[in-house]
Amino acid sequence: MRHTISVLVENKFGVLARVSGLFSARGYNISSLAVSETLDPDVSYMTIVVDAKDEAVLEQIKKQLNKLIDIIKVTDFTRKEHVERELILVKVSCNAKNKAKIKALVDKHEGAVIQCKNDTAIIEAVGEQAAIKQLLDNLDTFGVKELVRTGKIAVAY
Amino acid sequence: MTGAQILIESLKKAGVEVIFGYPGGQVLPLFDKLYDAPFKFILTRHEQAAAHAADGYSRATGRVGVCIATSGPGATNLITGLATAYMDSIPMVAITGQVKSWLIGNDAFQEADVTGITRPITKHNYLVKDIKDLSRIIAEAFYIASTGRPGPVLIDVPTDIQQQEYEFSWPDSIELRSYKPTLFGHPGQIKKAVKAIVASKKPVIYAGGGCITAGAHNELKEFAEKINAPVTLTLMGLGAFPATHPLSLGMLGMHGTAYANHSIMNADLIIAIGARFDDRVTGKLDTFAKGANIIHIDIDPSSISKNVAVHVPIVGDARNVLGQILEELKKTPDTSDWIKTVEAWKKKHPLVYHSKGKINPQYVIEQIGEATQGDAVIATEVGQHQMWAAQWYKVLHPRSFISSGGLGTMGFGFPAAMGAKMGCPDKTVFDIAGDGSIQMNIQELATCVCNKIPVKVAILNNGYLGMVRQWQELFYKHRYAHTTLYNPDFVKVAEAYGGVGIRVTKKEDVRPAIDKAIATDNVVFIDFHVEPEENVFPMVPAGESIDKMIGGLA
Repeated sequence: MRHTISVLVENKFGVLARVSGLFSARGYNISSLAVSETLDPDVSYMTIVVDAKDEAVLEQIKKQLNKLIDIIKVTDFTRKEHVERELILVKVSCNAKNKAKIKALVDKHEGAVIQCKNDTAIIEAVGEQAAIKQLLDNLDTFGVKELVRTGKIAVAY
Repeated sequence: MTGAQILIESLKKAGVEVIFGYPGGQVLPLFDKLYDAPFKFILTRHEQAAAHAADGYSRATGRVGVCIATSGPGATNLITGLATAYMDSIPMVAITGQVKSWLIGNDAFQEADVTGITRPITKHNYLVKDIKDLSRIIAEAFYIASTGRPGPVLIDVPTDIQQQEYEFSWPDSIELRSYKPTLFGHPGQIKKAVKAIVASKKPVIYAGGGCITAGAHNELKEFAEKINAPVTLTLMGLGAFPATHPLSLGMLGMHGTAYANHSIMNADLIIAIGARFDDRVTGKLDTFAKGANIIHIDIDPSSISKNVAVHVPIVGDARNVLGQILEELKKTPDTSDWIKTVEAWKKKHPLVYHSKGKINPQYVIEQIGEATQGDAVIATEVGQHQMWAAQWYKVLHPRSFISSGGLGTMGFGFPAAMGAKMGCPDKTVFDIAGDGSIQMNIQELATCVCNKIPVKVAILNNGYLGMVRQWQELFYKHRYAHTTLYNPDFVKVAEAYGGVGIRVTKKEDVRPAIDKAIATDNVVFIDFHVEPEENVFPMVPAGESIDKMIGGLA
């Protein structure tokens, strides 16, 4: 099962390697990871989506993360009210005939067609993963050529 | 002050007295300052030995062990030592040279990404990028190494940082927002634990290395006697409770005593203190202590409920938490029937060995025990001799049994014994070794002779890599694939380095040789020619339930 956790870390070189190394060394799976500075430039924020087969594994992941010296705080969003979003950039095939259809579909999902050149449209969309998945499913009929996603970011209330 | 001088001043402030190490190109500025520094510097003959010696020093004294090596190969030679210390939670600070800051990443001569390599085998590590951070980093390193669940910390210092000038300052205290070990148990959990203890009829105390680290031996004894519960120890816990105490069950697990394993499997309450339910202890997890509630006291939250589901977790320092429990404990359980059952197991299944024609290795260990009266510090290598030492040497005091438990590092014992002797010069220090293990760091004879470190090495020479051979005998149809050893003449090897060698081939010569070694003020190799195919029993086959023991049951 997938769980979203956030990790506040000291913004020092090597911290990302400590976190990712911990996952690989202990056999945990990261399905996505997003990192950036916070308001405090000495602190970075990571949103990590992990695959954990049960609660015990999730517990271990949190404990092991907490054990790293540079980690300030671990938050598990599993049972916590929070907001999560992901940004995607997706290339789909487009032509004069379906251009309008694509635009209408993207508008419905509150995304944007950034560019439509030659035979390719680049679309951006932001949303929860279910909404993103639905958009991608719908875009499939036009032919998705390439997909880039940021991975989830999440923040608790 | 130069970076090298700052390093020296910082080590002085940290209270360092002994340093083990090896020089090289990228630590030349530091060694130049070490030349005049007040530390006892022990030049080992291999960096790995420097790491193990710092580790052994730490295990014997409780202080932070320090080792120094150069960049690249010097640093990579420390790896096994760091991993050994990490697995057994031993406080150490390793300082390595690094190529000049601007060369890092350029594949410079003797460059290796040492912080990268050591990340998973250190508690924390640092690459010093700015001389302004140097003294703070050293102070933090000692603090991190020695607090919470201890462990090795590595500091990688580029040569140019060693040469730069900056003023020296030393922090009065260390405050890390991201690192605050929990030292005392949660009062609510203490109450729950006490309730479970009072309600139990068949409690067993299962204590590990955490009790040694925390110095909890007195509290442990008081606790065990108060609730009248038998105590079994892990390999790392040996010494936390006297082996001669009537409540002692000795070691449990794969080569534990039958009565320890039966006790834990039939207990209704297991009180785990500073132990981590390692696979060598639990055997098959599905069948481990099914009828027992478990109280788990550990300073590392990640050790709790990692392998075994725990009913009452208590995060805290073993000594503090035992103190809290003792204070809260107004009533005590009635365990008299249980103690009778345990006593019956002890009588029925004692540890035994059967004398054959040659010297029994167990006999040698018993004789070392008798000759030293439990007052020695015993280090071991890894293999059959290690398990025999754990079974047959009666460890009475904490920090007097030094062994690589978690990593199982052959070659550990001899340099660790050297480190222990540097920390405890008044104690007799033995390394109980096998003929395989001793050859992994045999070059340290030179270190012992040059620095007058008179450790005694008892080589239980069976001409095999005995533990592997035992598994081949039992599980691989006697196919002894590459476990037969051709050995040098250990007596001559010792003598060639300037040490003393004694060969023992007859049982009656065992004790005189041990006595002579103890009386000799030099490093001594005693080459005991023991029964070649003796096995360590009892034994629980890997992955089997720990009450399914084979062999050695009377």
